[in-house]
Amino acid sequence: MQARALAGLAEAEFDRSPAALGEIARQVRRSVIAMIDKAGMGHVGGDLSVTDILTVLYFGVLRVDPSVPDWPDRDRFILSKGHCVGALYSVLAQRGFFDEALLADFLAPLSPLNGHPNRRKVPGVEANTGPLGHGLPIAVGSAIAAQLSGRAWRTFVVLGDGELQEGSNWEAAMCAGHRGLEGLTAIVDRNRLQQGARTEETNRLEPLADKFAAFGWDVLEVDGHDMAALMGVFGAAGAGRPRCVIAHTSKGRGVSFMEDRVEWHHKVPNADEVAAALKELSV
Amino acid sequence: MTTAVASAVQPAPVFDCRQAFAETLLALAADNPRIVAVCNDSVGSSNLGAFAKAYPDRLINVGIAEQCMVGTAAGLANGGFIPFVCAASPFLTGRALEQIKADVAYNDYPVVLCGMSPGMAYGELGPTHHSIEDFAWTRAIADLTVLVPADPAQTRAAVRWAAEANRPIFVRVGRFKVPAVTEDGPFEPDRIAELAPGSDVTIVATGTMVSRALEAHALLAAEGISARVLNVSTLKPLDAETLVRAAHETGRIVTAEEASVHGGLGGAVAEILSQTHPVPMRILGVPEFAPTGNTAFLLDHFGLNAAGIAAAARALVD
Repeated sequence: MQARALAGLAEAEFDRSPAALGEIARQVRRSVIAMIDKAGMGHVGGDLSVTDILTVLYFGVLRVDPSVPDWPDRDRFILSKGHCVGALYSVLAQRGFFDEALLADFLAPLSPLNGHPNRRKVPGVEANTGPLGHGLPIAVGSAIAAQLSGRAWRTFVVLGDGELQEGSNWEAAMCAGHRGLEGLTAIVDRNRLQQGARTEETNRLEPLADKFAAFGWDVLEVDGHDMAALMGVFGAAGAGRPRCVIAHTSKGRGVSFMEDRVEWHHKVPNADEVAAALKELSV
Repeated sequence: MTTAVASAVQPAPVFDCRQAFAETLLALAADNPRIVAVCNDSVGSSNLGAFAKAYPDRLINVGIAEQCMVGTAAGLANGGFIPFVCAASPFLTGRALEQIKADVAYNDYPVVLCGMSPGMAYGELGPTHHSIEDFAWTRAIADLTVLVPADPAQTRAAVRWAAEANRPIFVRVGRFKVPAVTEDGPFEPDRIAELAPGSDVTIVATGTMVSRALEAHALLAAEGISARVLNVSTLKPLDAETLVRAAHETGRIVTAEEASVHGGLGGAVAEILSQTHPVPMRILGVPEFAPTGNTAFLLDHFGLNAAGIAAAARALVD
């Protein structure tokens, strides 16, 4: 086990400079556009919103070993906003959990790459999510498991901001605060849009930082597209409390005509739009 | 077998299965550090007091928050533990049904969901606190095994088996006191046990209804009707072979369950027999929201007793 742990850490040594991480994220965005173009379906806005967060986690922060996906001491990552699985698949493939060629089968009949993640089919997926409000309670259980077993793994969960309207999140937030789960980091992809409209017009989330703080969490706010800033907050040590990182993001980030536009939640780009998006995402 | 039938017609001692459940879980936890209990402020109602005293760190009480409770259990399973989620069945299954489906079953995590005080065990507290829908709800979830022990011995066996089964499980743990109808032994998850022989009709019973089916067997025997009694302790997956044989050999089926008549044991048996060996059936269960009354009264009210089961069997035979 120890040998595997060391192998996992050694394997994880990448160029973690903001420029290197940014280049990986650019590739992820390009593959997301290609996957959705080929599949004719997907959640492009949220995929592009969360891409930088996932890239920093998998290439800069998480102690994972793609050759042993179920390594017991691995850090756990749960994508609670499971509909943004296109970005997750792309990052997992680039990180070496499976062959990038498989991305071409995204959403194809009988493909392991379903519209929401399935740990039983896809190496590196930690939990099957999709219905909103499920990831944080599972992450709480994972963090308690690390405490109980005296192991050092950390648990990270990405929450959509819209999904914070689900009450189950606040059950789990209360539980995590009560227990002082310092191994738990919840990252809110705060792009301020949900499927139908702006979050604040639909069911107001603000003051969001105050809400988590009131539940007993340390709260950090960060630019969710600043690779160096994300590296800094994700890598910071816990202090006896769970940590909430409110990552201020832009839905559709990287493609000008998609950015901060509600209709790009799950609109599928046409051929011209795909070409324009890929052009913007070229070096 | 004869002992069970003879004792069924005598006043017999009766047992709350939660005690057998709690004692077994405590003993298993002593041997297996991976076992943890997860509950929703239900330490008392799940008889977890001794567990809490022996293993305070391994009792995770999330408070009155069933969605968090089941999701947390899934996360604990992800971290290598075997969580026994102990909560009143109506709230465990009703409030956290999507977590049971997605977080536990679809993830294929070894979580044991223990539906305490199921059926109409909370009698006078009314339909909000009754769990008559749990069979229909849990049966419909893929990869979820559904266990319904009939008495303390079977509860012990089922809990021991569940701890080793490494799969998602829902198990009903009865509060309404029942007589012993089985003997200690290993749980047989793939098999419906025949508790009494019969050739005219088969009574397929589960949980609290098993002892009552044995009483009905005795009543019918006195009238010259030979009623086979089957104990369904695994509702899903269901032992189709034993059911089809019973249909073939007795030609008539009565099902009895302390659950909704829609989508439970009766529905499950009909799904199998209607496609293989259709025979006349009667489905006994709870057809509507119950009126006020204690559990014994409500079971009688809905004909879920020896007389009601015998009447249904008689009607099929006549």
